[in-house]
Amino acid sequence: MQQLSTFKGGLKLDGHKKMSTSAAISKIPLAEKLVIPVQQHIGLEPDIIVNVGDKVLKGQLIAKASADISANIHASSSGTVIAIDKQDVPHPSALPATCITIETDGKDQWIERQPVKDDYKNKTCVELLTIIREAGIVGLGGATFPTSAKLQGCDQKHIETLIINGAECEPYISCDDKLMQERADEVILGTQVLQHLLSSKQTVIAVEDNKPEAIASLNSSLSKLGINNIDVAVIPTRYPTGGEKQLIKVITNKEVPTKGRPADIGILCQNVATASSIYRAVYHDEPIISRLVTVTGEAVNNPENVEALIGTPMSTLIEQCGGYKNNVGGLIMGGPMMGFALPSDELPITKACNCLLTQTTEQLQLPSSKACIRCGECAEVCPANLLPQQLYWYSSSKNFDRAQDLHLFDCIECGCCSYVCPSHIPLVQYYRFAKTEIWAQEKDKAKSDIARQRHEFREARIAREKAEREEKLRQKKEILAKKKAAEAGKADPVDPKKAAIEAALARVKAKKQASDVEPKNTDNLTEQQLEKIRQADARRKQADKPATTEDDKK
Amino acid sequence: MKFNTPDISQASSPHVLRHDGVNQVMLQVLLALIPGIAAMFYFFGWGVLFNLLIASTVALFTEAVIIKMRKRPVADNLTDLSALVTACLLALALPPLAPWWLTVIATLFAMILGKHLYGGLGFNPFNPAMVGYVVVMISFPREMTFWLLPSTVNPASLNLNETFNLMFFSQLPAAMTWDSISSATLLDGLKTHLTQDQLLSTAASSDALSSLFGTLAGLGWEWINLLFLAGGLWLFYKRVIDWRIPAGVLTSLLVISSIFYLIDNELYLSPLTHLLSGGIMLAAFFIATDPVSASTTPRGRLIYGAGIGVLIFIIRQWGGYPDGIAFAVLLMNMAAPLIDYYTVPAAFGQKDKQKT
Repeated sequence: MQQLSTFKGGLKLDGHKKMSTSAAISKIPLAEKLVIPVQQHIGLEPDIIVNVGDKVLKGQLIAKASADISANIHASSSGTVIAIDKQDVPHPSALPATCITIETDGKDQWIERQPVKDDYKNKTCVELLTIIREAGIVGLGGATFPTSAKLQGCDQKHIETLIINGAECEPYISCDDKLMQERADEVILGTQVLQHLLSSKQTVIAVEDNKPEAIASLNSSLSKLGINNIDVAVIPTRYPTGGEKQLIKVITNKEVPTKGRPADIGILCQNVATASSIYRAVYHDEPIISRLVTVTGEAVNNPENVEALIGTPMSTLIEQCGGYKNNVGGLIMGGPMMGFALPSDELPITKACNCLLTQTTEQLQLPSSKACIRCGECAEVCPANLLPQQLYWYSSSKNFDRAQDLHLFDCIECGCCSYVCPSHIPLVQYYRFAKTEIWAQEKDKAKSDIARQRHEFREARIAREKAEREEKLRQKKEILAKKKAAEAGKADPVDPKKAAIEAALARVKAKKQASDVEPKNTDNLTEQQLEKIRQADARRKQADKPATTEDDKK
Repeated sequence: MKFNTPDISQASSPHVLRHDGVNQVMLQVLLALIPGIAAMFYFFGWGVLFNLLIASTVALFTEAVIIKMRKRPVADNLTDLSALVTACLLALALPPLAPWWLTVIATLFAMILGKHLYGGLGFNPFNPAMVGYVVVMISFPREMTFWLLPSTVNPASLNLNETFNLMFFSQLPAAMTWDSISSATLLDGLKTHLTQDQLLSTAASSDALSSLFGTLAGLGWEWINLLFLAGGLWLFYKRVIDWRIPAGVLTSLLVISSIFYLIDNELYLSPLTHLLSGGIMLAAFFIATDPVSASTTPRGRLIYGAGIGVLIFIIRQWGGYPDGIAFAVLLMNMAAPLIDYYTVPAAFGQKDKQKT
């Protein structure tokens, strides 16, 4: 095991993890109705392949990945599809989204399964990726990026180091901790599948040093299984050491380039829960239909970790944990640093839901924000080595170009800057605002670029067609003129009458031009003077008319 | 169960905040000033406290009035204690027997011109205390030299009553003249001699100046500076201030004064005299570190501090004023945005880019 490194910034936070780790993982009883959102991952929405009224079995595919970056969705239990419609889902936007509602039949009957088990060692990379893809596995650390997409092409990319992320640095959350404590074998066997898939030279399971039981459990499991090519790295507890880039820095002392991916420097990270899901897919042919959820916080009676089927209402989990205390004020999905507040607990558990954090009414009383005093505390703690204070300045004044110069998009929204800000400015919110504004602008720009290209093409086409028409016309005229000239050579060349008329017209024209010369010094004239000029003009016209007619007669 | 959707600033993460706010920062700064204030009180008497009192009262009053005019919550702004910090820094820079109106004018200029005309706390490009100081420094040069002989060598120290009468009614106690109680500071005195082309050794042995020397630097001042240093180190320990600005100021002053001292120790003061005379420690740890008007990037803060140190040396050595802290700070305030612009640190993952 090489020497551990460190990353700049970060915070020492109170863990609050002990409160939820004393009890063993308990299973949530089967709910009568499971509401399964179709979109539970980053990427495109999968295509629904069931209809209302269909009978489904546990583990049956109900929505199929529609693209590379998309994920399969499965029925979490057996029953009947009773609705496919828009419902409230746990999402920061709080907008309703398409869900498949299953009325469970209580039998919890599995679909037929054909696990490959240890035979995976004989499977090709593509075959294994298909298994992972079929099982609807997404990154369970919180980002829910489709795992098969993350692993795609990794057999060619030369992954030196595989890091299994068991850091779990966010306060309160302990589901990964409990998973490693109680199901270390699953994590390790899942890790071995990844190891085989990537043929990585070095494999490390990284765990923060505030989880001694998990570390002990992993180590004993490794020695029990007789595995010696996986290391357990005990890393210092510091938020956000579980961030992918930060963890890579700690383990390998390498920095992922700002616009790059870990694979670019030969590293791949997967969460421990993702590894365990891969184990279940390979050894039990079991897709993601459940997950561990930490139900915790100061406003729930018995904080603990539970295993809940995807689609179970959150309120069921809260009840299982003894219900709310009287002073409950809010509910957060995820941790206190990066989670988001939920409008209600009548929402389904999704693949992304690692923690339900209850908050007391007192905890909701956050101090109001004041003016920035540029103290720079935010820059001290920023793990991305940015200047949060200046980013805030440029984001709030909508100077997005300068914000991007200061690497706005390297912000991982960990919340350290907001946490330490003595003026209590919701800094991260400003960065989210700036990022979405920039994305919107880029979308608009892309649209207008296309429109401009089309417009320019149309203009060019019209001009070309016009030129072609004119060319044709010219050619026709030339032919006509040649014909005429040929005919004229035979006929009388000059008509004397016509010539006389033309000469007369030319004379008139010359005379008119002479009379059209404007008199000078006519500015600022009095009304009487103007009247005189008008009269004179009228006279002149009168005089002109008979003259021209006489001229014509001549 | 439904939850009240919290307002937008709370719906977004993080949902926990460290609870010490701006007022705690300011309070710690005020606490850290206490040892230095005690030393100044010991050497210069009641005038120091009167200055603090006048400046604080005027500052709080002005702040309240302007905040009210700007229709902002008055209590919120007064309790951030920033007005008190400005007032204290300004009062400690003024001579201990300055007439009351001098302090009032300086404070008014600091609060109105230096702070609120720019938009109040967080928006002022210049250090407000130094703005106030420079205004009276330029406008009332005579009053600004009312420094006292340190009490340990002063035959006639003033009691509370006498100080009050002197500061508020310009009444000197019977049988005392200005000359008998006031004195030039060491820096001022040495400068006068240097401008008369005298060598430092002759100047130092002259009657007027010999009594102003302490063991390390100026008598009394050495202790005042050491105690401000102690307060400053405590602030650093409490992570209220960044080490870079004080380090920049002191290192650059030390380096540049050592170079010139080595070139000619008859024309240039010793580094120790430079570091422990005048308000140098107050400036390095309390004035230059005012975050609002200073540079904010890590490298920028070193440059900013170093610039102040160099400017202090230049003004002390060749400028028209005995001490140049206020001008040095204000000049570097002007440069801070530029420094920030050119010292953006490499973001995480940009190390390679920097090398190439």
